[in-house]
Amino acid sequence: MNTQASRGRASRGVIERTLNDVTRALEQSLFAEEIARRPGLLQSLDPRVKLISTLLLLIAVSLSRSLAVIVGLYAVTLVLAWRSSVPMGFFVKRVWLLMPFFTGVIAIPAFFITPGPPLAHLPLGLLITRTGAMAALFLLLRVSTSVSLAVLLVLTTPWNSVLKALGVLRVPDVFVVILGMTYRYIYLLLHTVSDMFLSRKSRVVGRMSTAEERRLMTASAGVLLSRSLDLSSEVYLAMQSRGFRGYPRTMDTWKMRPLDWACGAGMLFVTVIAIWLGR
Amino acid sequence: MLASPVLSPVYSNVAMHIPDGYLSPMTSLVLFLLVLPFWHRGVQRLRQTMNARSVPLIALVAAFSFVIMMFNVPLPGGTTGHAVGGALAAIVLGPEVASIAISIALIIQALFFGDGGILAVGANCFNMAVVLPYASYAIYRAVSRQVPISSRRRVLAAALGGHIGLTLAAFFTAVEFGIQPLLFHAADGTPLYAPYPLSVAIPAMVLPHLAVASVVEGVVTALVVAYLQRANQPMLELVEKPGVMAEASRFGKLRALWIGLGVLIIATPLGLLAPGTAWGEWSSRELAHRGLGFVPERLAKLETLWGAPLARYDLPALGNTSLGYVLSAILGIALVAVVIWLFTWLLTPRQAAVQAED
Repeated sequence: MNTQASRGRASRGVIERTLNDVTRALEQSLFAEEIARRPGLLQSLDPRVKLISTLLLLIAVSLSRSLAVIVGLYAVTLVLAWRSSVPMGFFVKRVWLLMPFFTGVIAIPAFFITPGPPLAHLPLGLLITRTGAMAALFLLLRVSTSVSLAVLLVLTTPWNSVLKALGVLRVPDVFVVILGMTYRYIYLLLHTVSDMFLSRKSRVVGRMSTAEERRLMTASAGVLLSRSLDLSSEVYLAMQSRGFRGYPRTMDTWKMRPLDWACGAGMLFVTVIAIWLGR
Repeated sequence: MLASPVLSPVYSNVAMHIPDGYLSPMTSLVLFLLVLPFWHRGVQRLRQTMNARSVPLIALVAAFSFVIMMFNVPLPGGTTGHAVGGALAAIVLGPEVASIAISIALIIQALFFGDGGILAVGANCFNMAVVLPYASYAIYRAVSRQVPISSRRRVLAAALGGHIGLTLAAFFTAVEFGIQPLLFHAADGTPLYAPYPLSVAIPAMVLPHLAVASVVEGVVTALVVAYLQRANQPMLELVEKPGVMAEASRFGKLRALWIGLGVLIIATPLGLLAPGTAWGEWSSRELAHRGLGFVPERLAKLETLWGAPLARYDLPALGNTSLGYVLSAILGIALVAVVIWLFTWLLTPRQAAVQAED
């Protein structure tokens, strides 16, 4: 999953590793918020346009029956990333090193085991079939282009804007409120977990046995679940005392500007062309 | 078959969050539609029992499901794994509430963290937020029926629920992957999405889950239940004690039917594999081929009387026969449902009208 974390796996205990995962999640979202605040093409767009365009392009990628069209759409994401001051090294690496690390391993056997006309003979009697190569490329390109699109949306849009934009897709308000609260409480719980494990770690000398570690991890999970439920009743009381009656009220202050219309139309055009070419 | 052991360790990692590109958009759509009734059911239960209270509850349980996936849990023998926590949430809160909370966690991972596909969100929710909690809960309840809260049997029930529930979820994921090359391929047979057939996908996905991921899920669920027995027993009674959330977890008998129906929809294009025409459904030309010397005049006339809107279950506009089959199945079921609903609506005396007359 991640190269840093797997290094020296055996030497570190589960507490450190969980702490490491928690810290990385916190870091990752800080990084995304930082990029979302930079000036750039996608950052200046209306989040509603961005969300709908992302969905449209994702559909175009998944419908395409032509590799060239998928490559073309990947090129579009590269241009968008470049115009939106997303660090290119990070953008390309995030997609091509980390994400399809799994997809790559999944795709490789397809080269050999898919029946079809032979493309190349390798030593050891291995045979690459044309059908297999195409199948593997389809999977790899489709997954990495889709992931690129999702990463672009995540990196260039503050999470609360994504939330508000969901309203356009007729997602019910209550659902949007729950999504927003969940997002906030994820961070609270991540900090809680981090505190729990740091305090435990600072009191441990030497190594714990596997059975002890397992008991610690599951007891912590139990504590976290109890705390979450207690907290939810407290939050409910707090919301009620501030006038919450079971449905949210939102203040919508967005306005579509000419640039938004133009970019939205452009994305729609690209999608239609891509779907048409990729039939 | 050979590829199964190679794929195993990797396929099992993809299971939890299918990225976009593995499933055809049609599969994602069908699975999304299959999840909708479960969401509806969950929201209804929440409305009945908790009202405004449910908003923060769902939010916190969803946040919990998100965070619990980061816990590394060591197994005997040196491997470690991550639990999904779906079985635990179902045991404590009932499958309806757990289903909604896990769905929220999965949607947040897709939209805000880029983990798991956006179009595939329906598929991920189906596997992890419907199959896992409902199956785990059914097993837990079946094994721990009429047993006191502090009984050891509940720990066993939780372990079985977690293990079997996650294995089932993996099985469904494997089936979704496995039907892709069957249904969606280019004209020359090139698979367009996940490339392996069922015979490879199912062992590659299910075997490693049986050995590692499901074991982690089972161990975590069991040990957390054991911890709650020692430290916080009321939490284990939330679902079972009347008053709090008992209503929120009654098992609908129709659920299994819906799942079966979904599997049937997905399987409809299997018919394409069979050669020939269904017995007794020959056209007049085929009748002639079959040795019937003549075709009754009336029959020949009647044949052209009615042109089906979805002839041969195909939608020519789509250019894909399998896809047409699946769509036809959905359309057909929707039509039948609407007709039945209309009949029931017409036949049932309406309460309001009756009262108004009195």
